[in-house]
Amino acid sequence: MAAPVVIVGGGQAAVQLCLALRKEKYAGDVVVCSEESELPYHRPPLSKAYITGKTDDEKLLMRPESFYQSRNIDLRLNCMVSAIDPAAKSVTTAQGENLPYQYLVLTMGARARHLPVKGRDAVGVVELRDIKDARQIKDRLSGCKNVVIIGAGFIGLEVAAALNVQGVGVTVFDTAERVMGRAVAPEISRWFEATHRAAGIDIHLGEGITEITAADDGNVSGVVRSNGERINAEMVLIGIGVEPHTDLASAAGLDCENGIVVDQYCQTSDPSVFAAGDCANHPNVFADGRRVRLESVQNATDQARTIASAIAATENNTPPDKPYAAVPWFWSDQAEHSLQMAGLSFDADTHITRGLPADGSFSVFHFRGNDLLAVDSVNASRDHMLARKLLGARISPTRLQAEDVDFDLKTLL
Amino acid sequence: MPKIVFVDSDGTRHEVEAKSGVSIMENAIANNIDGIEAECGGSCMCATCHCFLEDDLAQKIPAMESDEDEMLGFAAEERRDSSRLSCQVTMTDELDGIVVNLPAEQN
Repeated sequence: MAAPVVIVGGGQAAVQLCLALRKEKYAGDVVVCSEESELPYHRPPLSKAYITGKTDDEKLLMRPESFYQSRNIDLRLNCMVSAIDPAAKSVTTAQGENLPYQYLVLTMGARARHLPVKGRDAVGVVELRDIKDARQIKDRLSGCKNVVIIGAGFIGLEVAAALNVQGVGVTVFDTAERVMGRAVAPEISRWFEATHRAAGIDIHLGEGITEITAADDGNVSGVVRSNGERINAEMVLIGIGVEPHTDLASAAGLDCENGIVVDQYCQTSDPSVFAAGDCANHPNVFADGRRVRLESVQNATDQARTIASAIAATENNTPPDKPYAAVPWFWSDQAEHSLQMAGLSFDADTHITRGLPADGSFSVFHFRGNDLLAVDSVNASRDHMLARKLLGARISPTRLQAEDVDFDLKTLL
Repeated sequence: MPKIVFVDSDGTRHEVEAKSGVSIMENAIANNIDGIEAECGGSCMCATCHCFLEDDLAQKIPAMESDEDEMLGFAAEERRDSSRLSCQVTMTDELDGIVVNLPAEQN
C-alpha cells in the first residue's frame, strides 16, 4: 500500500488540504502531525473576539473531532516532527516514530518575531500567535488597567481596538512613521491612526521603547520610552511581525529564502514535498510572478487547494495543471471598523481614493501606470468585493472611474 | 432539539439535530456537512457557506445586512433570490425542520 500524505502543521492550510484532498477523491491515507494540543482552530478571532470573551473554544474549531475520523484523516496532536529525510521519503517525530510519506506537505506557519529589548522576559510580556498565547492574554486581562502594545501592525491594532472597547487603557508604540505601514496606503494608515486616537488609544509612532520594567515579583510593570518617561502597564504585547518556520525544511536540504521556496504548484525543490501558507515563499501572478510570502487565510486555503490538485494530477499520471493564481485578499477587523484588502500593492506608483475618508467609508485604488494592482477598503465591502472580481478578471478601471463614486464599477465586469 | 435538513446539489438529504442560538453554518460544520466550507470561520468574508433557503420557514429569518449582500455577489454558484450566507443566519427553535439547499460549488 502506498505511503500516506503527511502534513506537518495543524493550521488553516492543513485542514483545507484535508478537505481538498477528499474533494479531489484522493482515497489514500492522510496523516496530520500538529505540534499543538488542540484540534485545528480559526486563528483570526484570537486577536479580537476570543481575548475579550466574545467567542469560545468550541466556536473556534475549524472542524469537530468527528470530521477527521469520518474522513479517514489521522490527526495526531502533540506530534512534533523533528526531521525530514527526503531521500528515504520519511519524517521522524520527536517521539521517535518514523513515518514514511508519499507526499509531504509543510504547513508550519510562522513564529512571532523576537524583540531584543531589556526586560523582555518579565511575566506578562506576551505575543499572540496561537491559542495558548490568546488564553494567556485573556487570563491576564482581568487584572489589567493598562496595556502597552509594541507594534502597530494588524495584530497590534486589532488587540488595541478590542481592549480599548473593553475600557482597558492602551498605549501603542511603533518605530515606523505610520500604522500598518508595510501593508496599506498612507491614507488608510492616517485614517486608522486618527480613528483609534479619537477612540482613546494612545499611539506613538516613530518611537520604540528602551526597556520593559518589572516589579520585584517578576511581573511586568511597564515600559520606558526613549525620552526616559515611564508608562505603567500590567501587560505588554509584542506584535512586530513574524518569521516563517523553515528550520525543518532547511535542515532537510530544501531551498529556503524568506520561507520555504516553492513553485507555482507549491512544490519545493524536492518534487515529493510541498509547502503552503505563511511559510511558503511562492511566485505570485499578482506581483508579476515575483516571489512573495503571504500571511493570510486566503493564501493558506488557496495554496492547499493547489497542492490537492497537484497531488490528484500526479496520482492520475498527469502533470499538475492548476497553478496557484488566486487573487490575494486579506481582512482586519479593528473595533467596529472593517479593513479589507485585495491584490498586492507594493509596485504601485499611484494611489486613488474613492469616497471620502471623513465619511468613514472609502477605498484606495493602487495603480501602476494604467493597471489596477490592489484596493484597500475601509468599511466599504462593496468596493472590496468588486476589486476581487476586477483583479481576478484583469480588468482595470480608469483612474477617473476609480475616483468617481457615481461610476458603478460593476458595469466593467 | 430543532432539526435542519441539508440537501446537497444532487438531492441527498442530511437531517441533523440542530443547536439553536448558533448559525446554520456552525450547525453544518458540527455535523460534517460537506457542502458548506466556511473557510473564513464565519467572518462574512469568503462566501463559501452559501446556501439557498427556499423553505417557507425562511420568512421568519431577519433580512440580511449589506455586508452579506455584497459578499453573496461573490459566491461560486450564482446567487438566487433565496441565497444567504449560512454564517449570517442564526438557527432558532422556530426554524425547526428548515430545509437548507446547498450549491454544487463553494469556491
